[in-house]
Amino acid sequence: MEKEHTHIVKYKTYVFVLIALLFMTFASVAITSINLGPYTVSAALLLASIKSILVLLIFMHLKFDKKFYSLMVGGVLLLFACVIFITFLDYLYR
Amino acid sequence: MNKPAHIDEHRDDEGAKTGMWIFIFTELILFGGLFIVYSVYRYLNPAAFHLAAEELDTFIGTVNTVILLVSSMTIAMSISAIQYKNKKLTLILMSVTILLAAVFMVNKYFEWSGKISHGIYPGSPTLMEASQGEILFFGLYYAMTGLHAIHIIIGVAFIAYVMVLVAKDEIQHDNFVILENSGLYWHLVDLIWIFLFPLFYLIT
Repeated sequence: MEKEHTHIVKYKTYVFVLIALLFMTFASVAITSINLGPYTVSAALLLASIKSILVLLIFMHLKFDKKFYSLMVGGVLLLFACVIFITFLDYLYR
Repeated sequence: MNKPAHIDEHRDDEGAKTGMWIFIFTELILFGGLFIVYSVYRYLNPAAFHLAAEELDTFIGTVNTVILLVSSMTIAMSISAIQYKNKKLTLILMSVTILLAAVFMVNKYFEWSGKISHGIYPGSPTLMEASQGEILFFGLYYAMTGLHAIHIIIGVAFIAYVMVLVAKDEIQHDNFVILENSGLYWHLVDLIWIFLFPLFYLIT
């Protein structure tokens, strides 16, 4: 049958990913409750980014699917990053 | 009686999945646009956003984050379960996902009604006396968490529909792309919440 459907992710893998996600959630709550000044937002967003990469790779199977899907996701994220960059260039230097 | 396998069955799992991903991209751009609006307004009104965010309950936000993360795991596991030909476990895992989504919505209901009873809702007299930044914060809060909640409801309907297909044996260990697609949609809802949570509940 179809090769790309033969990969079965173990239940254990999902449990480990969930534990990592929960750990990072509590870490971001803890970090924002102590005041790190301007670094607080960056730290919280960095943790959120790591969490979303985990969700994309394991839960959404990008790691196990064809590379084509990862390339598309990467392209869309790059496009989004460019839009953010250009928007802030406008706001910071107008 | 099982239907005999059709040799010339018209099925394109890869096409179906690619279509789902392209739809997910439109959703990412939709929420992405709102996140850009949020960051620009926050950049222009840092003090007001700080003040307004203190009104939100970090505890409820954290509980809802945990609920969505666990529900994301259970729907991901249901795909493994169907591949292991374990129909019962697949249905159990999908029901747990729907149940957790319902708990999320109940929390959201109490959170929103709490805010509304304090007179904080778009266009309320209390909010109209507040600063421009606070009005913007709560406008974005209701718009973005509300749009996210609509996605939760659609996700529940989608997963419930796929559950019926699993129960009727129309989804099997070698034909489950619609289950995968409902899972992808559910993970998208989770992904968006991963960013909504720190941006609205964790501002200091």
